[in-house]
Amino acid sequence: MDYVKLALLALVAVLAAIAANFARDMAYQLHALLIMAVAAIAFVWQLRRTGEPPVPAGAVPTGYMDGPVRAGVIATAFWGIAGFLVGVFIALQLTFPELNFDWSEGYLNFGRLRPLHTSAVIFAFGGNALIATSLYVVQRTSGVRLWGGNLAWVVFWGYQLFIVMAATGYLLGATQSKEYAEPEWYVDLFLTIIWVFYLAVFMGTLITRREKHIYVANWFYLSFIVTVAMLHVVNNLSIPVSIFGSRSIQVFSGVQDAMVQWWYGHNAVGFFLTAGFLGMMYYFVPKQANRPVYSYKLSIVHFWSLIFIYIWAGPHHLHYTALPDWASTLGMVFSVILWMPSWGGMINGLMTLQGAWDKIRTDPIIRFFVASLAFYGMSTFEGPMMSIRAVNSLSHYTEWTIGHVHSGALGWNGLIVFGAIYYLTPKLWGRSRMYSEAAMNAHFWLAMIGIVLYAASMWVAGIMQGLQWREVDQNGFLVNAFADTVGAMFPMYLVRALGGVLYLGGALIMVWNMVMTLRQPQTLATTIQPAE
Amino acid sequence: MSDEKRTDPVTGLETTGHTWDGIEELNTPLPRWWLWVFYGCIVWGIIYVILFPAWPLVTGATGGVLGWSTRGQVADEIAAVDEANAPMYAALVDTDPAEIEADPNLHGFAVNAGASIFATYCSQCHGSGAAGAVGYPNLLDDDWLWGGTLEDVIYTVNHGIRNEDDPDARWSQMPAFGELLTAGEISTLVAHVQAMGEGTDPLSGEGGQIYADNCASCHGDDGTGDRFVGAPNLVDAIWLYGGDTATLTETIRNARFGVMPPWGERLDEAEVRAVAIYVHGLGGGEQPAAE
Repeated sequence: MDYVKLALLALVAVLAAIAANFARDMAYQLHALLIMAVAAIAFVWQLRRTGEPPVPAGAVPTGYMDGPVRAGVIATAFWGIAGFLVGVFIALQLTFPELNFDWSEGYLNFGRLRPLHTSAVIFAFGGNALIATSLYVVQRTSGVRLWGGNLAWVVFWGYQLFIVMAATGYLLGATQSKEYAEPEWYVDLFLTIIWVFYLAVFMGTLITRREKHIYVANWFYLSFIVTVAMLHVVNNLSIPVSIFGSRSIQVFSGVQDAMVQWWYGHNAVGFFLTAGFLGMMYYFVPKQANRPVYSYKLSIVHFWSLIFIYIWAGPHHLHYTALPDWASTLGMVFSVILWMPSWGGMINGLMTLQGAWDKIRTDPIIRFFVASLAFYGMSTFEGPMMSIRAVNSLSHYTEWTIGHVHSGALGWNGLIVFGAIYYLTPKLWGRSRMYSEAAMNAHFWLAMIGIVLYAASMWVAGIMQGLQWREVDQNGFLVNAFADTVGAMFPMYLVRALGGVLYLGGALIMVWNMVMTLRQPQTLATTIQPAE
Repeated sequence: MSDEKRTDPVTGLETTGHTWDGIEELNTPLPRWWLWVFYGCIVWGIIYVILFPAWPLVTGATGGVLGWSTRGQVADEIAAVDEANAPMYAALVDTDPAEIEADPNLHGFAVNAGASIFATYCSQCHGSGAAGAVGYPNLLDDDWLWGGTLEDVIYTVNHGIRNEDDPDARWSQMPAFGELLTAGEISTLVAHVQAMGEGTDPLSGEGGQIYADNCASCHGDDGTGDRFVGAPNLVDAIWLYGGDTATLTETIRNARFGVMPPWGERLDEAEVRAVAIYVHGLGGGEQPAAE
């Protein structure tokens, strides 16, 4: 077995070297060299272990496997800071276009950095948080160690390599120009392999569980993993121009491509940022509140209605386009019906605090969770509303959409991840609690003020923009030139950038708090036996 | 792994009896208001898909009871505006351009329409305030390359400048003097052209000799240019590309080739006249010379 692994790694390294030699563009060449280096390092690592006597049966590692979770928590914080930083910078680029420097044109201009920001926060920050917490939660709620041994480490490092290839690809111009699915064909193929490994680890653990029933958090995590795999594969169907280049041609074209793209794009929100994060919520909220989940029935009904209805909602991104009216109507109707299934998660989360409401005052982690659920409720009301054709005709293509996305991303996704990090950090490293509660409170308020500034400024900007675009005089002539509406946005852009700075500042305080927590002496054991 | 149902003391509700890592679940029924709003949304959805185009069929889709469509909505809005404006558009085409400004009603309509057309098609190059940019003429002043009467402006808008699409486009090409003059001559000429703006006789001195041999045929012996070939006036303080030494050297050495599309292909005659009237009224519009 070891020799097969060695041969495979050597083969990958050699093929990558050949690919680098024949590369037709810089992004491809860099990535081939990167894969070659990673395969070579893995080869040496494997070689040093080959020939060692097999581990005796009694010495098989027991207890929960938390190494990849620890690494995942660190990666979440790291990519979070990176993603927020790029976000603040591009917000300033929109405010002050001079920040698109001449010397960095083609690398650090807004067009190159924008996908870097969105991918860094959604897939690097959010993705690492999902993978880390899902591997933590599935072990605890199944009562067994992760299935597949070191496969979980392959998932972790493979996912980081995917992030690095995606990010460097954007800066070097390797993109298939599909929003939230920018990475080119070979990066997509690589992620598919890693994602199948992830599914194997998660499913393997679930199948070997010692609990009779599967806990609700795991339903959500599993639906997220399975659906994202399906979305990723279909939306990225493309044919490479050359096996030695990064360019590819989409299989779908025209309005079919647009429809597939937004079927993907909206369900990236639905299954990555909603279903996956609800999985997180269903474990950490009852654990931290130390209260039973509010309603088992509600969790069943809202789970199945959510995943059934969400998958149809994508066409609302294409109102008033070449998309046929019937598809646009169905997308809108499903989006509105989605309102209550989405709110089921909020109700179940908030009402779990029955009997523990006082913890909002005393427990900063609970405060992060409650605020997160409040933003979840707000943006899952705003979403269906914006999907209504008449509202959408005003809001579409404006900053309102950006405000909506960020009240969800900064509020719901960001705050729940911060809460989960504060919950996990002491437990994973055997410390009794976070180093500073005051710093957690400071983080909370900075984040809250940041989100409010961000969302409010973008609402104002978006509605103003929409009204200016459609403003006509009594003869039906347009009143504003497009450049007028851009100029009018300056104050709102400035406030938005300030909101981003505050949010980033809060996250930096969290990282400081994590470092200080780890510098405290370890007081508790970290190898925990699976519960019986 | 206790499977015992117990009653939660805080809420008085029973648990389901399952426990995962210490997490229990209450057997709370679905909140009534949640369920009824959910049903309400579904009922609304059913009604909506009957009223509006919704269900794909083999060769088309259901059109909805209301007969509404996005294309129909846009067509209705456009038709309503077109119908209301039809007499004014007809008058714009039928009236001699020179007489439009005398009719306050028609002129006001043309200025409003022209402003909107300008914002949509012209502001990208000439700026939303029409003040121009480097290489794109300022339309607020009275310095015209190809003529500033309403008739001239209408012609320019219709046919554009130096484009391949319209055989009637205004056309001229300054030679690239980098191939004809030495570097020393060009630098003398640059200094001379700059001095011309300050009152130096265009034909005096060494620079004047070079000017007379190479430039005067288009820009004139007095340096005031020639609108027939779009040759700019060199003795005013206005520069399209810049009057500093480096820019002038570049202009003389490589020449310039400013292009404008023939808008007559995109806009109808009434719209061309409207935008020309708008531009003509911005401040620099000229009246035709008295005959």
